[in-house]
Amino acid sequence: MNGAHDLGGMHGFGAVPDVHDTHAHPDWYNRAMAMTVVMAAWGRWNIDASRRAREDMHPARYLGYGYYERWIDALERLMVEAGLVTEAELRTGEPAGEPLTPPVDAAGARTMLRRGGPTERDIDTQPRFRVGDQVVTTNEHPRGHTRLPRYARGREGIILRHHGGHVLPDTNAHFQGENPDHLYTVQFRARDLWGSEATDGDTVMLDLWETYLHAQ
Amino acid sequence: MSHDHDHDHDHSHVPPDPALRVQALESLLTRKGLVDPGALEAIIETYSNDVGPRNGARVVARSWVDPGYRQWLLDDATAAIAHLGYQGRQGEHMVAVENTDRVHNLVVCTLCSCYPWTVLGIPPTWYKSEAYRARAVREPRAVLREFGLDLDDSVDIRLWDSTAEIRYLVIPQRPAGTDDWSEEALADLVTRDAMVGAGRALTPDTAGGDA
Repeated sequence: MNGAHDLGGMHGFGAVPDVHDTHAHPDWYNRAMAMTVVMAAWGRWNIDASRRAREDMHPARYLGYGYYERWIDALERLMVEAGLVTEAELRTGEPAGEPLTPPVDAAGARTMLRRGGPTERDIDTQPRFRVGDQVVTTNEHPRGHTRLPRYARGREGIILRHHGGHVLPDTNAHFQGENPDHLYTVQFRARDLWGSEATDGDTVMLDLWETYLHAQ
Repeated sequence: MSHDHDHDHDHSHVPPDPALRVQALESLLTRKGLVDPGALEAIIETYSNDVGPRNGARVVARSWVDPGYRQWLLDDATAAIAHLGYQGRQGEHMVAVENTDRVHNLVVCTLCSCYPWTVLGIPPTWYKSEAYRARAVREPRAVLREFGLDLDDSVDIRLWDSTAEIRYLVIPQRPAGTDDWSEEALADLVTRDAMVGAGRALTPDTAGGDA
């Protein structure tokens, strides 16, 4: 979707804040991160659905929220969608019904982190492109989740690397299947993306699924 | 909200202070049995103590002293990094890219904040900021100057917008005057920013202390 999360190239945000990382972080950042990570153990959503939930909000709310507020907002939405909590419970702060048993304890959480969630999958189709091939990205504007940023749509690039089959976020985010698709690193000339202000010789790399690409 | 936001949920309960909102949510989730408090502490502790930029620094230092390891890292970073014990969440599929006299690599995620947690830990605020995400891809040289890095136009910038599940580790250039340094001492020169491309490795002069 063409949401406020698709920030590449936008003007108006000013200087990069806290480049020397000297500001103390409040403890709730960690707690928001940890809750988000550990709630995934229920297996009711996936990382793409998580990202979709953080992005699919009114642009004014997206930009008005701090980073971890988006995480918490998305976590609440995912839990409500999955039926793990109700709006009434969120409103009152009071749990209803019998207490549940959490799927992971401390040791289980550590195991989750160590295992991660690899997205590479076996795929039975041959890749359509080879390293060095010229490609053009699609110029589609899907209403749903996608990982092709707006700034790189309808642009020419070159295949730099093939990563095998990977889970396709566009469908996985909406629980419509993993649909593994060939993933490539595509290299774009910065001038093709950003015009004459870009420095000649600079390039931008994006990891893009085959479904985002056409032959040149 | 517009009609196409059919997943949006009721915000009438949301406290104005996000810290309070997080506190209320944690209380609800633990009392409801959705979350084991020990699991939360384990995750926070892992990223406070065990998983952070020291991991990546050890990978880079090894690549500086061991050409075979460096080649392995460039060919199959996931395996080479796992060999040193670093693997897991947000490091499942790693690619390492090397800075040279002619090429400088910089990593961003314009769509969210994808970052190689296994080697660098949780991203800093600047990496997650709207300004960095919006600007690094369009004007990397201006952004790097804000970090104190002024690159000559003869150096090509390769900007990696890591919006899929491939995570990037920048191998900074080894500083001059460190030929006889141990791998452990070299690791102390490798900063987090250098491994994102937002800085260079420290030099014997800037590192302070003794080697």
